[in-house]
Amino acid sequence: MIDRRLFLSCAGIGAGAMLIAPRMALAAVESDRRFVFIIQRGAADGLNIVMPYADPAYARLRGALAGDMAAATKLDGTFALHPALAETAKMFAQRQALFVHAVASPYRDRSHFDGQNVLETGGTQPYQAKDGWLNRLVGMMPGAGDDAIAITSTVPMALRGARQVTSYAPSALPQPSDDLLLRAGRLYAEDPQLHPLWTAALEARGLAAGSGARQDPASLGRLTASFLTKPNGPRIAMLETGGWDTHSGQQGRLAAQLRALDTLLAALRDGLGPAWKETTVLVATEFGRTAAANGTGGTDHGTGSVAWLVGGAVKGGRIVSDWPGLGTGQLYQDRDLKPTMALDALIAGVAAESMALDPQHVARTVFPLAAPVRPVTGLIAA
Amino acid sequence: MPPSASLSPAAIAMNRFGLGARPDDTLPADPKGWLKEQFVRFQPATAAFAALPDAGELVRTYLDEQRQLRRQASREQMASPVAAGTKSIEQKAARRDYAQDVQALYRQAVQARAQAALDTPAPFVERLVHFWSNHFCVSADNPQVTAFAGAFERDAIRPHVLGRFEDMLLAVEHHPAMLIYLNQIQSIGPDSLAAQRAARRNPEQRRGLNENLGREIMELHTLGVRSGYGQGDVTEFARALTGWSVAGIGPGGATDGRPGDFLFRPQLHEPGARTILGKRYGEDGEAQARAALIDFARAPATVTHVATKLARHFAGDAPPPALVERLAASFQRSGGALPALYRALIDSPEPWQPRPLKFKTPWEWTISALRGLGRSEIGAMQVAAIQNQLGQPVWKPGSPAGWDDIAASWAGPDALLRRVDFAQRLVAPVGDRLDARQLGPRLLPASFSRATAEEVGRAESPGDALALLLVSPDFLRR
Repeated sequence: MIDRRLFLSCAGIGAGAMLIAPRMALAAVESDRRFVFIIQRGAADGLNIVMPYADPAYARLRGALAGDMAAATKLDGTFALHPALAETAKMFAQRQALFVHAVASPYRDRSHFDGQNVLETGGTQPYQAKDGWLNRLVGMMPGAGDDAIAITSTVPMALRGARQVTSYAPSALPQPSDDLLLRAGRLYAEDPQLHPLWTAALEARGLAAGSGARQDPASLGRLTASFLTKPNGPRIAMLETGGWDTHSGQQGRLAAQLRALDTLLAALRDGLGPAWKETTVLVATEFGRTAAANGTGGTDHGTGSVAWLVGGAVKGGRIVSDWPGLGTGQLYQDRDLKPTMALDALIAGVAAESMALDPQHVARTVFPLAAPVRPVTGLIAA
Repeated sequence: MPPSASLSPAAIAMNRFGLGARPDDTLPADPKGWLKEQFVRFQPATAAFAALPDAGELVRTYLDEQRQLRRQASREQMASPVAAGTKSIEQKAARRDYAQDVQALYRQAVQARAQAALDTPAPFVERLVHFWSNHFCVSADNPQVTAFAGAFERDAIRPHVLGRFEDMLLAVEHHPAMLIYLNQIQSIGPDSLAAQRAARRNPEQRRGLNENLGREIMELHTLGVRSGYGQGDVTEFARALTGWSVAGIGPGGATDGRPGDFLFRPQLHEPGARTILGKRYGEDGEAQARAALIDFARAPATVTHVATKLARHFAGDAPPPALVERLAASFQRSGGALPALYRALIDSPEPWQPRPLKFKTPWEWTISALRGLGRSEIGAMQVAAIQNQLGQPVWKPGSPAGWDDIAASWAGPDALLRRVDFAQRLVAPVGDRLDARQLGPRLLPASFSRATAEEVGRAESPGDALALLLVSPDFLRR
């Protein structure tokens, strides 16, 4: 039995050095920090991404799904990284990546759609909040205009809300004549729903001009970087990845998913160039998967999972986890990885430090429905 | 939804209930009667759907071919054991050919669906087919599901759209597309005969349940999430479902069924009685899950769930509670007879509000645009590719919840721009034959807004005018 080990290094409330006065925060936003949120839809299996190889229960529960430890990257004495994440492993070695394990949103049931709603709205119950936490974060940024972009055709829930954001995804459709665009704009001028969408769309298309983007992971990474490096472009971006719901055939499918995400992250890093050191990428999923393999080469819906922080601004090279263990009696409802850290607290702290905002203020604004969220700080360089 | 022109009952019947007016449509004098008459006019089997190749046949041929290749490979391997475990060139080629055949079948099925939507004499019922197909969605993201996706709508949805909810439910959950999509064919009772035999052969490899279908039936198809069931109910129902399978696919060895058809495999079924939502199910074999399904179909939670989704589809993103209650009461009274439910909907005031209540999805917008332009043959237009570009690929919602039915999911900046991009292409073949100024009032009888009429009238070409009509606020909504 592995000891219940405390890797937790978050400073929590009262980390004086991390508290930044709001006024300074406003000024600091001008300093070109970037924040990217990547959602993994379908409940990514954290136990197979950051594998607790030293936990003796792991191999017993997983059998053939335990993963290839010989090929995996040992991150520390407890955890190893999935071998498909070659570029991410390099970032970890360069202290530009860290993983938060046994993390979960306040949601404790096992519906993808409710789980994603809670993760994206930042509520405590599904459909309780009508807008997304990322939109509320955008609302804390000074200035007008392009504060955030979704690299998707429509705007995902996390970015919906009072603050106008834009969306853009590479399209194979031919572009219409300028006259048609002009007249369509006039048709929408008096329409409170369509007018802001239209304005945002034209701006995004203008920003994307000449990017020649495609839909593959490397292209999406480069496209996102190209938006984030435009002088007057957005500083917050959101991407969606699907296909994490591995009830069967998990070994091959998860490896392919992770290779794609690894490629995207590397392309984002390379595309951002010098801006990478000002960047935080948060990767999170709605919940984890069962601790045990399900007997059909996959895993079913679970609870605790892993969140990733990647970027030049991340104080990386470590695992942040109050590891609950996988032994008998240590699982949530005898089946899932037990969450020991609140994803809300992580998001609040990371988003605040990434954008040089006051963590307490961000926690209150971005998660107003939760019991007071104690932001996890100290993970991002000031 | 912002206020807009006041909509006439005829415009509502044709656009909100129907699939969009056609330029040659006669105005329904009695809009409610026009909708109800469609129950006798609807054609479950259309020529285009009937002409689809049999997906089962395609799968059978492929499986036979793979079996032969495997036999051949094992003979070769015995002769020369070096290349053990690798797929032969022939096997890879067969898989590639199969994937291409499946894609061709998928595209043909999408064409059939669009064709049915163009020439249906019952556009309201045809819309309901699309509604139910989305409620009970499969997602054609692996070749086997792709092969069956068109057949699923044709065989499990269309014949039951005017029947009883529980019959549609049973047809859906027995269909190979659903059993493959939600991993049911891999699920094995941990104490079943097959699991015991497998454990004797190889004690290392555990075999067991896959909860996916059981959970999604309860959460999405019937009771609805947060309706009071727990993880234990999901697991018990998944145990009851073990043995529900497809002949020729998945574990289970030789079968006497026709590959590609539903097959109950008793050797995979978890023995014993199950307790689900406090009720004991002591039935044997297939009847066990069937009994639970029928109870789910009649449960008050299911009734509310279905009524809410139907109300949302016709009366706005936030379904009016009074309408939901009325629909639920009708569902209960009729024992789940769907025509009674649709009549209750037609007779309710909420779906007749004279302002637009819904932002059209890409599919709704494309179909209504094609109908509005008077197109009667899909012809060479590649509907699958179009829906891909517009963000709603047919039968590929990417999640078992199906496509969202609210404006926020479709009214995005880039998504709006794409419709404008696409409108220009759509009108190209008819741009010089149709006058948008006359067409507008025909498609939205007594409801075409003055602002749109003015802008359409000022366009620099007839084609641009038509494209503007299709992307006008009036036409983007229903």
